[in-house]
Amino acid sequence: MLHEIQESRVARLVVNLSQVGYIDSSGVASLVEGLKASRDIGSRFILFGLSTFAREVLQLSRLIKVFEIYDNEEQALAS
Amino acid sequence: MLALYSNPKWLSVVRGAVEQLSKTLGFPEMQCRSITRAVDEALTNIVRHSYGNRPDQPVAMYFRRTQRQLEGEVQQGLEILLCDRGPQIDASKLHGRSLDEIRPGGLGLHLIREAMDTVEYTRRGAMNRLRLVKYLSPVGVARNTGEPCRTLGGQS
Repeated sequence: MLHEIQESRVARLVVNLSQVGYIDSSGVASLVEGLKASRDIGSRFILFGLSTFAREVLQLSRLIKVFEIYDNEEQALAS
Repeated sequence: MLALYSNPKWLSVVRGAVEQLSKTLGFPEMQCRSITRAVDEALTNIVRHSYGNRPDQPVAMYFRRTQRQLEGEVQQGLEILLCDRGPQIDASKLHGRSLDEIRPGGLGLHLIREAMDTVEYTRRGAMNRLRLVKYLSPVGVARNTGEPCRTLGGQS
């Protein structure tokens, strides 16, 4: 994903997490890397479809407000 | 007691068992998830750091009910002991990092400490032992969750 972010240089990257039932601290670290890589090229890094587990782990990591998060794909694409 | 090897494929099995156990013991759903997360992070640390991702090393997990007196009330709890035979851990490194900085890594210990009331590491002989305890709020509303809770093994 990091390589694609750096290569594609799109204006925004939308990540669908709706099939991710569980995410641990390593998964959060990967999302943070994606966010940083996106910021480096001036791109938006958008998440949607977070499970309860995923939302809680971002809250506990105090990252929930760092990410741009939407409930579903429609909202994410319309943002 | 659960005896398993340090293969990441067992993580989801352990998560399922711990979440169900917490639920059965009466923890509110949010705490079931946080206990599960803590155990998952602790086991991941054993696989990754204690055993260097070798998948064939022994891990033992013990679960038992426990209790404590707090402000005159008896609190029931769940004690989880994770044991491995990896090299001794530098206990000074067992503190989660500050969350003020936005950077990947170092969140696992924070998640463990956030979830559990007690987190204790000891070295006994050739064994690392991580003891995790979570107590159930005695009556009424569980702390931080707003969800109703039950005493261990009791009814709603």
